Amino acid sequence: MIKEYQTVREIFGPIVYVEGVENAGYGETVEIILPDGTKKKGQVLETRKGLAAVQIFGNTEGLDTQETRIRFTGDTLRLGVSEDMLGRVFNGSGDPIDKGSPIISKEKSDINGSALNPVARDEPKEFIQTGISTIDTMNTLVRGQKLPIFSGSGLPHNEIAVQIARQATVLGKEEAFTVVFGAMGITHSEASFFMQNFEKTGALERAVLFLNLANDPSIERLITPRLALTTAEYLAFEKDYQVLVILTDMTNYCDSLREIAAARQEVPGRRGYPGYMYTDLANIYERAGRVRGKKGSITQLPILAMPDDDITHPIPDLTGYITEGQIVLSRDLYRKNIYPCIDVLPSLSRLMNAGIGKGKTREDHAGISSQLYASYAEGRDLRNLVAVVGEEALTERDKKFLKFADLFEKRFVTQERMENRGIEESLDLGWELASLLPEEELKRVKPEHQEKYGKKFRGSDPEKNVVEHEERQAAKQEARPP
Amino acid sequence: MFYTLKEKHPIPFFLSACRRLEGKGKKENDSIERIGKMADSAYLSKIAGPVVEATSIRGSQINELVRVGSDQLMGEIVALKEDRATIQVYEDTSGLRPGEKVERTEQPLSVELGPGLLSGIFDGIQRPLDRIKEMAGDYIPRGIDVPALNRKKKWTFKASVKKGDSVKAGDVLGTVKEFDFEHRILVPYGFEGAVSDVRDGEFTVTQSIASVGKKDVTMMQKWGVRTPRKSKEKLRIDRPLITGKRIVDTFFPIAKGGVAAIPGPFGSGKTVTQQDLAKYADADLIVYVGCGERGNEMTDVLFEFPKLLDPKNKKPLMNRTVLIANTSNMPVAAREASIYTGITIAEYYRDMGYDVALMADSTSRWAEAMREISGRMEEMPGEEGYPAYLAKRLAEFYERAGRVRCLGTKDRFGSVSVIGAVSPPGGDISEPVSQSTLRVTKVFWALDADLSRRRHYPAIHWLKSYSLYLDDLEKWYLENVASDFYQIRGQCMALLQKEAELQNIVQLIGPDALPDKERLVLEVTKMIREDFLQQNSFEEIDVYSSLKKQHLMLKTILKFYDKAEQALKMDVTLDRVLLAKERQVIAGLKRLKDEETVKAANGAMKSLETSFGKGEKK
Repeated sequence: MIKEYQTVREIFGPIVYVEGVENAGYGETVEIILPDGTKKKGQVLETRKGLAAVQIFGNTEGLDTQETRIRFTGDTLRLGVSEDMLGRVFNGSGDPIDKGSPIISKEKSDINGSALNPVARDEPKEFIQTGISTIDTMNTLVRGQKLPIFSGSGLPHNEIAVQIARQATVLGKEEAFTVVFGAMGITHSEASFFMQNFEKTGALERAVLFLNLANDPSIERLITPRLALTTAEYLAFEKDYQVLVILTDMTNYCDSLREIAAARQEVPGRRGYPGYMYTDLANIYERAGRVRGKKGSITQLPILAMPDDDITHPIPDLTGYITEGQIVLSRDLYRKNIYPCIDVLPSLSRLMNAGIGKGKTREDHAGISSQLYASYAEGRDLRNLVAVVGEEALTERDKKFLKFADLFEKRFVTQERMENRGIEESLDLGWELASLLPEEELKRVKPEHQEKYGKKFRGSDPEKNVVEHEERQAAKQEARPP
Repeated sequence: MFYTLKEKHPIPFFLSACRRLEGKGKKENDSIERIGKMADSAYLSKIAGPVVEATSIRGSQINELVRVGSDQLMGEIVALKEDRATIQVYEDTSGLRPGEKVERTEQPLSVELGPGLLSGIFDGIQRPLDRIKEMAGDYIPRGIDVPALNRKKKWTFKASVKKGDSVKAGDVLGTVKEFDFEHRILVPYGFEGAVSDVRDGEFTVTQSIASVGKKDVTMMQKWGVRTPRKSKEKLRIDRPLITGKRIVDTFFPIAKGGVAAIPGPFGSGKTVTQQDLAKYADADLIVYVGCGERGNEMTDVLFEFPKLLDPKNKKPLMNRTVLIANTSNMPVAAREASIYTGITIAEYYRDMGYDVALMADSTSRWAEAMREISGRMEEMPGEEGYPAYLAKRLAEFYERAGRVRCLGTKDRFGSVSVIGAVSPPGGDISEPVSQSTLRVTKVFWALDADLSRRRHYPAIHWLKSYSLYLDDLEKWYLENVASDFYQIRGQCMALLQKEAELQNIVQLIGPDALPDKERLVLEVTKMIREDFLQQNSFEEIDVYSSLKKQHLMLKTILKFYDKAEQALKMDVTLDRVLLAKERQVIAGLKRLKDEETVKAANGAMKSLETSFGKGEKK
C-alpha cells in the first residue's frame, strides 16, 4: 500500500520536512506531486517517528505546504536496466530525452549498488593502450582501474577524454570499449562536443549517456553518476561488456553534496564540504574493477576541475586518496601550446606495475619509464636554477638534463589530437630522448635493456629529430585543406 | 501504539539484569547468542545514516552489541540517555524504518580468537569475507551472520599439560598446527586451577579440549575489542623489527613492540611501503588492516601474498597473515571497529609469545569514521570537526603496542609493533590526526610528494623523518651487525644534512661556483640517495637488503668519499675522481645477492686504496 501525505511542514532549500509520517524508510524514494500536478522525485534523508526529511531531486519551485502531496514508494531508488539502453540519451534522472521509446526492462537495480566483496574482485592487469605516450608509458591505465583527470577550468580535459575513449584498446584484442557517460552540471556546448565526437567515431551506438546540464537541477547531480554506474555494472557484469565510464565534472557533484549538507545545517568540514564526502565519493569511485569469473570490466575516468588549479583542494585531495592514481593537466604546458598538457610529475597510475612488462607491453617499460621521470624531474629543477644563475653556470652534465626536459615536452608529451601512438613507438621515443644523457646517469634502467633498446639511439641526434618532426607536423597542418 | 508495546513488557530492565546474571559463567561458544529477548520492546525511533536511535532500551550498556531492525543488522550502543540509546550500525541502514525492533545481545563487540584466523580475510567486524562470498555471491548483503571461525573444521590438538597439573590464565594447554605455525592454546583469562581433563585429538573450535578448575575450555575464546588483552608487564624495547628497507633499518629503525607513523599525501607510497613491510618484516605474524582504503589494494594482497614466500621459512606469506578489509565503500561504522578488531587479534598472538606486526592503512580513515559518527550524533566538534576525544582514542590504540612478558607461569615474551599510515588532507601534517599521532608514535617516516614525483621510492624523506628508538637499539646493532654501524650511519646523516645546506648555496650561485671539496659532497650524497636510499620494490633482489648488506653498501660509499677527499688534497681533479670505475660497482651493489655484494664491495674498497694513487696532477 502506497501512502500519500499532504503534511509538508517546512521547505528549506532542497529539503522538505513531512509531518505525521508513519515509519518512512531511510533512503526510501518518494514522489512529490505539486499543486499543478507535476511530479518530482525525492529521497528520505532522515526519518524518525512522525517526521521525515526528504531531499528533492529537482528545483523546489512551486512547492507549498498546503497542497503538495508526498507519496512514499516503500522502495529505494532503482533504475530499470537493459541492453536497449545502448545508443540512448537520458537526463540526469534517467528519463530518455532523445525522443526514443521508453526503456522496458525486467531488471531494476538499486542505484546505490552494494559493496563488492574484496574477495570477489579480480586483479586489474590488462594494459589499455590509449595512444597517448604520457599515459601509456608513464601512467599506464589498466582495465578495471579508476583514473581521474585532474584539470582546471579552460584546460582541454574534454578533448583528452574523448581521445582516450576513441583510441582505447586492450593490446591484442580488437574489442572496443562501451562508453557510459555521466555529465553533471556541464554546459550544453560541452555536452554536444562529447555527443558529436561519439557520433563521428560511431561510438554513440555503443554508448549510454546521462546528461545533467548546468541549468538542470543541482540536487539531481547526486544521482546522475549512480545511474551511470548502475548501468555500467549491468553491462559489465551481467552482459560481459568492457565499459569505460566517463564522469564529468565531479566538482559539480561535490558542490551539490555541499548544498545538501548546508541545507541540513550539518557541521561543515574543510571548505564547507561535509565530513562524509570521502565515504560518499568512495561509493562512486569504488564501483570500478573486475570480478572473478566475469568477462566484463568497468574502467572509470572521472574528470574534475580543480578549483584555482589547487590539487590540495578537498575535491581532488579526497579523490586522489580513493582513485588508483591521477592524470594531472598543467596550465604551464597548456600555455606553451603543448597538447595533451599532461604534467607527468604529479600524475600517477597505481596499477601500472600490474599492467606492464614482458608479455604485456615490453620488458624495458618499468625501467625506461622511471628513468624518464627522474631525468625530467631533474631537468625541471635545473630550469629554476637557470632562472637564478643563468645557463652558463651549469655543468656540462646539467646542461644535458636541461635540454632533455625541453625535448621531452616537445617530442614525447606533445602529440596530435588524432595521433594514436603505439606503445612500442612511445617506448622507443623514450629511449631516443634518453640517449641525450650520459650512459652512466641512466641508473634506473637495467644495463641489458640499455644494450638491447637504448644502444641503437646512442649517437643519434634527438634534437635534430625533434626539429625535423616538428617541421613535418607543420607541413602536414598546412597541407590539410581548411 | 509504541506506548502499548512498552506496557506489554513493563519490567525489561529487571529481567534483563537477571538474564545477565544467568549468562555469567556460561559457555561462550556460539557466534552471537541472542539472550536479550527481553529487549523486544525496544524499537527504532530515528535513523540518520549509520547512526540510529532506539527507544525503550533500558538496562543496556555502553558498547553493548545490538541487533537492529528486521534484517538484524549489527550495531553498537555509543550513547545512552534515559531509555534511549544511540547506536552506530555496522551495515548500510537504507530501508530501516522507525518502529522496527532492536534486540540486545548483552555482550560487547567481540572477536573470536582461535585456530583458523591465519590467511583469513575478514571485514571490520570480523565476518569472514571468503565465506560470505561462498554464501552470498560477489556483493556483501546486509544482515548476513557468519561466525568468524569455521565451526565445522577440525583441528588436531596436542596437549602439553597433564591431568592434575595446576595452571593459570596464560599457560599453554597445548598446540595446534595452523599451516606450519604453532598455534598455542592458552588458558583463557579468568580460568585457574587444576586440569581435571585434557585430551589429544581432533576437535572443532567449540568443542571442549580440557577442563580447568571444573570449567570447560574450548580452542576458541572471545574478547571484547575495545579492551586491551592482559599481560604481566610491558618491557623495555631492545631489538629492531628488521624490514629489509634500507632507509628504515639503517636510518630510522622501528623496534619490535614499537610504533611508527607514515604520513604522506596521496600517491607518495604509503600503501606500497606498508605492503612491503608486511611482506618482509621479520615478525612471526602480520595483521594487515585495510581501513577505508581501496578494494583493489586488498585484492592485490590476496593475489600476491599467497605467491610470495616468507624470507624466513620460505612458506607462502599468506600463511602468516591475517587480513582485515573494510574498504572505503563498506559501512563507515565497521571501519571504526576494524582497527580494534585488528589489534585484538594481534594481541592474541602476542600472548602466545610471538612477535606480531600490525599495519593500519589508513588511520586517517578511521579518524574520519569517528568524525562522521560523532557528527551524526550531533556532538560538539573539536578541531576540524573531529570529536574532542580523537587524541585520546589514537593514544589508547597506539598504547596497545609494546613488548610484554605474557601471562602464565613460565616466562614468554611477545610483542605487537604498530605501523600506522596517516593520510593528511593536502599532505599538510599540521592537521589534528597527524599531530595527535605524532605525539604518541616514536618513529616518523615522512613521505614526501616531491620524492615520489621523481619516482624516488621509498619516498621517505631522510631529513624530515626520525626514530626515537636509536638509543634503545644501539646495543643490538653494534653487537649483531657491526661495531661501526652507528658511526657510519651518523657520518652519512651528517653528509646528507650538509648536502641540504650546499643545495641552498647552489640555488644562488650555481654548482660550478662551489669548490671541488664541496662538489664532492654533493656527488657522494647523490650516491647515497640513488645507490642506497632508493630501493625498487618491484625488483627481486633489491626489494630486501639484509642488515649486513646495508652496512657494507654504506661503508663502500664512505670509503669512496674518504679516498676521493684524500685525492682532492693531492690535487687530483674532481672530474678524474668521478670517473673512478668503483662508482659503477657501488651503483650495482643493490642488484647483487648477499654473497656477491660482499665480494664486489670488498673488491671495490680494496681497489679504492690505490685507485687515485697515481692521479694526474692538475
